[in-house]
Order: sequence, then structure tokens, then C-alpha cells
Amino acid sequence: MIALIGLAIGVVVGLLIHPTVPPELAPYLPIAVVAALDALAGAARAVLDGLFDDRVFVVSFLSNVVVASFIVFLGDQLGVGTQLSTAVVVVLGIRIFSNVAAIRRRLFKA
Amino acid sequence: MPSPTSPTPQPAGSPGRAGAPWRTLARALAPRASRSQLIAGALCALLGFGAVTQVRHTAGADYSSLRESELVELLDQLSRRASDLSAQNLALEDQRAELESTRGQAAAAADAAAERLRVQGILAGTLPAEGPGVVLRIYDPAGRVTASSLYHVIEELRNAGAEAMSVADIRITAATWVADGSQGGEPVIEIDGRAVSPPFEFRAIGDPTTIETALNIPGGALASIRNAGGTHDLRHQESLTIDQVAEVPSFEFASPVPEP
Repeated sequence: MIALIGLAIGVVVGLLIHPTVPPELAPYLPIAVVAALDALAGAARAVLDGLFDDRVFVVSFLSNVVVASFIVFLGDQLGVGTQLSTAVVVVLGIRIFSNVAAIRRRLFKA
Repeated sequence: MPSPTSPTPQPAGSPGRAGAPWRTLARALAPRASRSQLIAGALCALLGFGAVTQVRHTAGADYSSLRESELVELLDQLSRRASDLSAQNLALEDQRAELESTRGQAAAAADAAAERLRVQGILAGTLPAEGPGVVLRIYDPAGRVTASSLYHVIEELRNAGAEAMSVADIRITAATWVADGSQGGEPVIEIDGRAVSPPFEFRAIGDPTTIETALNIPGGALASIRNAGGTHDLRHQESLTIDQVAEVPSFEFASPVPEP
């Protein structure tokens, strides 16, 4: 419940203060958001499996974000930033889908 | 976090029962001020904040969110398109200039043709003509004026520069002929196949003074009329109209030499 409240608070704060993205961070923010979504889906699955551990959640959340951003940064340095961003988004998308599928199987037995 | 592909073990609580996962979920979501809940809440807040920021950034910005390579490609596309369009523009302008010059040439040709038609219509007698000129009446009380005398008058008018002529309501052209003939035993004068009788009225457009001088040359056209017992009456006119038109002859043998 507190997680959902926190999500809502973040959205409201974002809507209220109109943050501008610094240009250096502009390529990484979308990837970081997708990586965080992946961590969230994994955490939800772990909750249902009874394996949720806050330390694991924090570490996976932060490492997901950092690694995804780093891959994009590396891609930019190598001149394949756009392609690597696409690759990261595809991989994270697949993981989100499989995690959501596992959650669905737990909850609905389907 | 768990690997997405590895099979996950059933939660330890109550395997097999349908309501168990929901209960697990409800228990996890139940607001407790535990450390894990607060951390999850904080990270979720971070996620929501980041997601909203990115959405606003994407919605608000047009080019500022693009990478350098994308911008370069965009610029490249734009400049390519611009050069395409300017080349097209050049081609179309060329075409327009060409069309305009063609139209100008066609208009000039049409003007020239119309002018030529006008001039040649007057020369060939196919158009009515007007202008200053003279009216010459020839009376023939003795009946001894001959075709050659009349033809002499026509020749003299031509020599004097008359540009359009008619006699007895017949337009005089280059092909006009005058001959002595007879009609019912009486001698008549025929012009272009039509019998004419005195008085003969000549109308000629040209310089009246020149024409009068030419006609009055001693031993000339009018002198021969007088010798034949005829009288004449010459009048200048500021404006004279010759309405009669000649028919265009159809040429049987002659045709224009084709231009090389």
C-alpha cells in the first residue's frame, strides 16, 4: 500500500513542479524508467512468491537503473547509442512481460 | 530479483489453495510502517516522478530530446529535401520561361499574320477599303469610248499609286480585264465578264493630287477619253469607301513554292 501511495506521490510531485530534464540526462531517463519498471515487476512477482526482500529490491532497482543507463552511455560513446537503447528497451520489455505473466499465473491460475 | 525464466517455487504459506496468492498480496500491501514498505514506497515515488518527468519531456520537447546523430540525420534529410525542392523549382521556372517565350512568339506570329492578311486583303481586293482618294465619272454621249480607253484609265490610276480601285461597282484587282463585247447587237464594254454602260464611275484610293496629275498628262488617259468624244468629272474626296470586294480566284496551276 505504501508502495502505491509512493508511486502516486511521485506522479503528483512530477506534475506539480514541472521538472526539466538536464540535457546530459535526457538520453538516460527513459531507459532508467523502463529499468525501474522491470525492477518493480520483479518485486511484485517476488512478493507473490513470498520471496520479497527489501534489500534485494533496493539493490535490483538501483542496479537495473544504473546498468541500463551505463549501457546507453557506453553505446553513445561507441556511436551505437540509438541501437543499444533499443536493445535495452527490448530486453527489459521481455523481462517485464515474463514477470507480469508469472504474476498473472499466481493470481489467476491462468 | 528472481530470474524471469526459472520456475518459481510455490510460496511456502499455503500451496494449492486458490485464495493464497491474493492473501499474500493483501498482506504485502497492508500499510505497515516497516522498513521494506518505506523503501519500496520511496523507490516507487522515484519511479513515478521519473516517469512523469520523461512523459512531460517527450510531450513538450520537439527536437531538444533528440540525440546528436538523430538531429544530424534530420538536418541531412531536410537539406536534401530543400535541394530537391529548389531543383524542382528551377526546372519549373525554366518551363515557365519557355512557355512564356513560346506564347510571345505565337502572339507575334499571329499579329504578323493578321497584319499580312489585312494588307493582302486590300491588295487582292478581298477586303473593303477606305481612305482619301478621287471619284472620276466618265460620260460617253457619243458612245465611242472603248475598252482600251477605260483600261488606259485603270493603268494610269495604278501608275499613280492608287491602292484600291473600283469601276462601276466592280472591284479592280490584278486580274481585272476590260474588253469590247456586244450584247444583242449593241457594242458594250465588259469588265470581268460584266457588261457596263456609261457613265463609268471610277473610285480610287490614293493621293488625289498625284492621281489627278497622272490622269491629266497631255496625250494621257483623259485625253484619249476626250478624243473619243467623252467628258469627265474628277472630284477629290477626303474619305472614300470602296465596299465592293473581289472573289478570291482559285488557282488551278500555280501553287506557292514551299519554303526551304
